[in-house]
Amino acid sequence: MSTGFHIVVCGSLVPDPLQTLNPVQGANGPGLKNELMLPAVLDPFAAHSLYEAANLAKKMPGSKIWLVSLGNKAKLQQLMMTIAQKVAFELVPLDGPASGFTDSFEVAAALAAAIDKLANLDRSRLLLFGGCASASRDAGVTLQMVGERLGILDQFLAVDELKLQEDGSLRILERIEGGQYQVSACAGPPAVLAWATGNLPEPPNNPQIGMQNMRVIMPALQKAQPAPVAAPGVTFASVTLPAQQRQTRVVKDVPVEEIAKEIVAWIKE
Amino acid sequence: MEKILFLAYTQDDGLLPKAALETLNAAIDLASKLQAPLSLGLIGDNVQAAADAIAGCGAQEFFAVEGPDFASSRYASDAAAAEALARRAGATLVLAPSVSRFARSLPGAALRLDGRIETHVCALDPGGDSLSIQRWYYRQRMIATLTRSQRPWFLLIDPGVFKPWEGQQGQATVDKVTVALPENARRTRFVGFEAPAADAQTIRPEAELLFVAGAGWTKKQADGQPHVKEAEKLIHDFITKAKASLGSSKSLVDQTCEGGEVISLLSHLNQVGQTGATPRHPKGLATCCHGEEPHTVGWRFINERRAVNLDGSCGWAIGKADVLYVADAFQVMAKVNELLGD
Ligand SMILES: Cc1cc2nc3c(=O)[nH]c(=O)nc-3n(C[C@H](O)[C@H](O)[C@H](O)COP(=O)(O)OP(=O)(O)OC[C@H]3O[C@@H](n4cnc5c(N)ncnc54)[C@H](O)[C@@H]3O)c2cc1C
Repeated sequence: MSTGFHIVVCGSLVPDPLQTLNPVQGANGPGLKNELMLPAVLDPFAAHSLYEAANLAKKMPGSKIWLVSLGNKAKLQQLMMTIAQKVAFELVPLDGPASGFTDSFEVAAALAAAIDKLANLDRSRLLLFGGCASASRDAGVTLQMVGERLGILDQFLAVDELKLQEDGSLRILERIEGGQYQVSACAGPPAVLAWATGNLPEPPNNPQIGMQNMRVIMPALQKAQPAPVAAPGVTFASVTLPAQQRQTRVVKDVPVEEIAKEIVAWIKE
Repeated sequence: MEKILFLAYTQDDGLLPKAALETLNAAIDLASKLQAPLSLGLIGDNVQAAADAIAGCGAQEFFAVEGPDFASSRYASDAAAAEALARRAGATLVLAPSVSRFARSLPGAALRLDGRIETHVCALDPGGDSLSIQRWYYRQRMIATLTRSQRPWFLLIDPGVFKPWEGQQGQATVDKVTVALPENARRTRFVGFEAPAADAQTIRPEAELLFVAGAGWTKKQADGQPHVKEAEKLIHDFITKAKASLGSSKSLVDQTCEGGEVISLLSHLNQVGQTGATPRHPKGLATCCHGEEPHTVGWRFINERRAVNLDGSCGWAIGKADVLYVADAFQVMAKVNELLGD
């Protein structure tokens, strides 16, 4: 019997969080100004899930990782220059917009179709990973819909910990309200785990993994299937930056006692 | 014409949580403005008490999916319950509070009905006869107003946006909807709740005040030394006395997790900002934070904001806070704690 997990990580690119973002209205709806010029990173929560996948695969010999990414092909290639040095995976690129303004329903359909077509994927060993929400649309719904389309009924959102139990079951911690975790026990794969940060640091770059990955990644990128996802049925009336400039009163050279009194009075208001 | 369904789970005491009562208020208002019928769908072990508590809300119908299988949070049973209720009500608009159970299960339920879903909804505008909503994109960086043609349209409403419903109790007649779970829906078992490895409960979504602690608390101070244990005590005492919720910048949380002398109250769950939470509270007090926009999105949804920083040009405060106190947070918070008494 084959062992190990088949881990499919869904994750795409988002603009580097430190970039200034400006919305623009295009012919097909809203987008970001100079979107294709903005430096991109792997979506942070999805990146955490990729690191968790690598860690799990290391513990379970015979495991394999796929990274399914829907984004502009040229930008995906750039992203791979860094990500591919961290974790060994097979890239499944889908060439389409990674914009936050596309519809999660469409994105999920494209991702599920790509996963459905993966040769050698053993569904009975499948763990579908990804981020609990993107830094673009930030809806937190895509993975559940991919899972539904693949017929997976065991799903977890905002996961921070996955522990394998001796009997092969999974013990999972999910973030819930009030800074608490929900603990669940799942009989085993197939399951969907949409990760929050988890507990692992970013793996260091390893040029050897990079070279090994790139041999497979470059041909995959060349053959990337077009995935022209959009948001049919949605009409955006406006997309604007918040007008959040406040008139800040700066209190300086005032004794600490007075400041403290003012703060306490304000808290008690 | 639209048909509106409000969905909620009962909590351990058999009643509805505040976030649900807020969404109920939004649903009632929307139904009245769109002149659409409103039905309620409750999920839990036994929903009668919750239904009675909101019997006076004016809904036309009360539906429920009940039983031990639906008492605790699990994707397979939660999605099945929501799907069944939406089908039974023939809903075109489904409103539910953005709580973890719905955030996990409603996307799948929407898909089964060939519906669509929007989450983190923060405004509903029924102007005319079609509904438009508002939500943020790019992690609270820009706000969009949008409409949709597809139905059913599922809307997860963020907590803290609407006032909770208050009204007459009564006796509700609840129409039970039977859901037969397939055996593979029970592969996951709810085990329990666990607090993260911090020594106090520090995240309080209902608190009046969010206290945001920045990395300055662990930096070297005027005497050339860091004073982390002192910082920890000041923060702990303040959030206890003021019953505040504790948020933190990413830098401070990351230090906490990277070893060295750390503020033991904090875990990743406390982090606010682009890669953390964006809680809603009436007031916020930030101390020793400098992170500039876009990281200040961590307190985007705080109404009144004040900050304490040694630096008068602090990027976290200028243009973003109502008041910036240029002072030493160690001294200020020690005095504040003293004034707050026991
Ligand atoms: C991909 C990515 C994602 C990120 N996501 C987030 C996020 O979600 N949330 C987030 O917060 N950050 C995030 N950041 C980090 C962000 O860029 C900043 O580094 C961080 O917010 C700064 O933390 P800080 O304000 O606590 O600390 P610092 O920038 O170190 O500021 C410390 C401040 O403390 C003040 N200070 C020191 N001593 C005292 C004293 N005694 N009294 C008063 N003031 C004092 C100093 O004057 C200074 O202003 C992210 C960064 C990246 C790259």
